[in-house]
Amino acid sequence: MFAETPQVRRKLRQEAVAKWVLSAMAASMIIPLLLIVGYVVIRAWPSLSLGFLVEMPTNNMRDGGVWPALIGTIYLVVLSLAVSAPIGVLAAVYLNEYARDNWLNRLINMAVINLAGVPSIVHALFGLGAFVYAARFGYSIISASLTLAVMTLPVIIASTREALASVPRSFREACWNVGATRWQTIRAVVLPNSISGILTGLILQVSRAAGETAPIMFTGAVFFKSIPRGTPLPYGLHESCMALSMHLFTLATQVPDVKESVPFATALVLLASVLLVNAAAISLRVFLRSRKRW
Amino acid sequence: MNLTEPVEQDLVVRNTTRPAWAVLGERALEILICLCGISAIIFVLGIFFFVFKEAFPVLANPKFSLRQFLFSDQWYPTSELHKRYGVLAMIAGTFSVTALAMAIAVPFGLGGAIYISEFCGAKTKETLKIVIELLAAIPSVVWGFIGLTVLSRLIVRWTGAPVGVNILNGGIILALMSVPIIVSIGEDALKAVPDSYREAALALGATRWQQVRHVLLPAARTGLLAAVLLGVGRAIGETMAVLMATGHAVHIPHSILDSVRTLTANIAAELGEASAHSTHYQVLFLIGILLFLMTFAVNLAADLIVRGVRRK
Repeated sequence: MFAETPQVRRKLRQEAVAKWVLSAMAASMIIPLLLIVGYVVIRAWPSLSLGFLVEMPTNNMRDGGVWPALIGTIYLVVLSLAVSAPIGVLAAVYLNEYARDNWLNRLINMAVINLAGVPSIVHALFGLGAFVYAARFGYSIISASLTLAVMTLPVIIASTREALASVPRSFREACWNVGATRWQTIRAVVLPNSISGILTGLILQVSRAAGETAPIMFTGAVFFKSIPRGTPLPYGLHESCMALSMHLFTLATQVPDVKESVPFATALVLLASVLLVNAAAISLRVFLRSRKRW
Repeated sequence: MNLTEPVEQDLVVRNTTRPAWAVLGERALEILICLCGISAIIFVLGIFFFVFKEAFPVLANPKFSLRQFLFSDQWYPTSELHKRYGVLAMIAGTFSVTALAMAIAVPFGLGGAIYISEFCGAKTKETLKIVIELLAAIPSVVWGFIGLTVLSRLIVRWTGAPVGVNILNGGIILALMSVPIIVSIGEDALKAVPDSYREAALALGATRWQQVRHVLLPAARTGLLAAVLLGVGRAIGETMAVLMATGHAVHIPHSILDSVRTLTANIAAELGEASAHSTHYQVLFLIGILLFLMTFAVNLAADLIVRGVRRK
């Protein structure tokens, strides 16, 4: 064997140090996630029960549950996705399947990228100016959902495009060769083979829409609203509503003397629903990828 | 037997038998798809138009000076006698919090990206990527809540600062929020470096670290820069977390333990109080235009850099 020269030793030492430092940096991403979830669970513990989910807030929001906020969030998420999902998926189909490389499509690409970067508070200003005032929807669930829809649109376009692009070109060519038109190819070959990726992207947007606060704060979400018990659809679309994220903000900053565990329990409901939806999307993706045969 | 003729006939027959409504329907659908594609442009223009429309009256107002808006640190929107609309202090707030966040997030983000892309095995890689995805999914209002209730108390205890909601708090929270985006885009940039580069370095006897330092980092330089820029864009635009974690002092900060207010937080904090279509309200929309232009510039720069890399 060759003896190790000082140079070699130094290089191996550097390698060991680099590996150690870099792995510590990577580990430092896991630790905050665990710490945050763990801490919130511990602090929320006294308030945790199924009743917390289905009760009204009591005593001027200092105690009680999150029922109206939970329902409001579900309203906003469902309505915003009902608008942004079809537009986003079709836009991605256009960009990936139809668009040639010309100035218009370069402009569309640039617009999608910049739309994704617009700060959420600017979306709120847009929603206020466009939906609340110009379209006269007022301070309502419709305005808030449309604002959220515009915000989630670019991410849906990006994730759907990625899913469409992962279908090999040879699949399309085979379909064109038997005489199918472009749309027939998309319907019979491209969409069935990419539907899992598209769905994963949409599910991830559920969690993003549920967590956003700034865009709904000035377009339709209110601090408190009493809703009738026992009806499955307690809000009208032209009414304002409560939302989990807004509720957490209110409890944390606006309500004095709130019972200590209530904001933590609200944070936990929000955090848990977002993380569970994400975990579901990730497992769906892992499962479908393992079944993929090309 | 002649093979070509019957086939051609067959094609012709099928084309003519396809019903007219199917052809028309398909055409209509394709127009709809094209409109959806163009909608992205319409929305970007729409955002600019509607925010600008609300802000425009103040620009036309002779009592309002754009110079005072940009270069004065005096913000007294509700004062009776001494109304001032200067956002310099908030620009300083935004920059100080973003700079601190990037000082923390860039080394950690790039280090994490290098580790995930070059050093760890396939299993660890999958796990870390899932963790990053979950970290990115935590809503900003939850981050702000953590900053307000947990981190602020720790900061008061460790540094002895009078208040725990300040630049340090906001910087740490924003750093945690922008690390995921830096890691995932940075990892893409490293993955885009051809394997032949790595093999050439290995053949010369380089260790992994030497390979990263002398080959991969220079080769992926522009992609990593784009990752950092996207992180900056996210930090500038973040609203709820900084609203809750940086305190509410509108002044130019002198130390890392000073409370500040950012541009985004200012809009969120005051829009509810400003009466609709008043000067105060219009100035808040003008701040929105300023933010829109700032993030537009940062994202455009990142996009041009990424596209430059891809073309190469």
